[in-house]
Amino acid sequence: MNNYETVFIVTPVLSEGQMKEAVQKHKKYLKDNNAEIIHEENWGIRKLAYPIQKKSTGFYYLIEFKAEGQLISKLEVEFKRDERLLRFLTVKLDKHAIKYNEKKRRLAKEAKEQKAEEK
Amino acid sequence: MAQHNSDIKYLTPITVDTKKKKYCRFKKSGIKYIDYKDPDFLMKFVNEQGKILPRRIMGTSTKYQKKVAQAVKRARHLALMPYVADLLK
Repeated sequence: MNNYETVFIVTPVLSEGQMKEAVQKHKKYLKDNNAEIIHEENWGIRKLAYPIQKKSTGFYYLIEFKAEGQLISKLEVEFKRDERLLRFLTVKLDKHAIKYNEKKRRLAKEAKEQKAEEK
Repeated sequence: MAQHNSDIKYLTPITVDTKKKKYCRFKKSGIKYIDYKDPDFLMKFVNEQGKILPRRIMGTSTKYQKKVAQAVKRARHLALMPYVADLLK
């Protein structure tokens, strides 16, 4: 079971609901194949550095998960088949990357707690 | 004509810019992983046209230069950074 991290860009043309549905579809695919989702991030609509398929903005979504190696090629076929996705990138995380992500999450959580205390 | 410049006598000896000791910023600050997801950090390693700066200018060691290059290429793939740009900074 290796750690992976995948970022994909959904076309901005969809409505909010369709976008969520697209993301849920892939998350469900991961869960069905007993992958363990560690962390998710929704960067929302962001401006692309260059137009992709004539679109200049995209809805970014990040999923960090633990899975078997064989699942990745199947997952990427799913991504390729889904035409709502403009682009996707799956990366295997080495030990430094895992530590980096954990530290980032810890700092984010602490920042949130401080904000909660200030209120 | 060739020896012309040798006749020129400089009042003050021309100072070759003093060799600033370059160091690998990753080794010094102990950064182990270069994240391809935050473009602001990666912008430091890219010139105005969006091209990756070479080691001889940045002074980074081979190991981290490869990581920087890979991170920049991944960021470009995800449209977080442009392939070609002008006046990026």
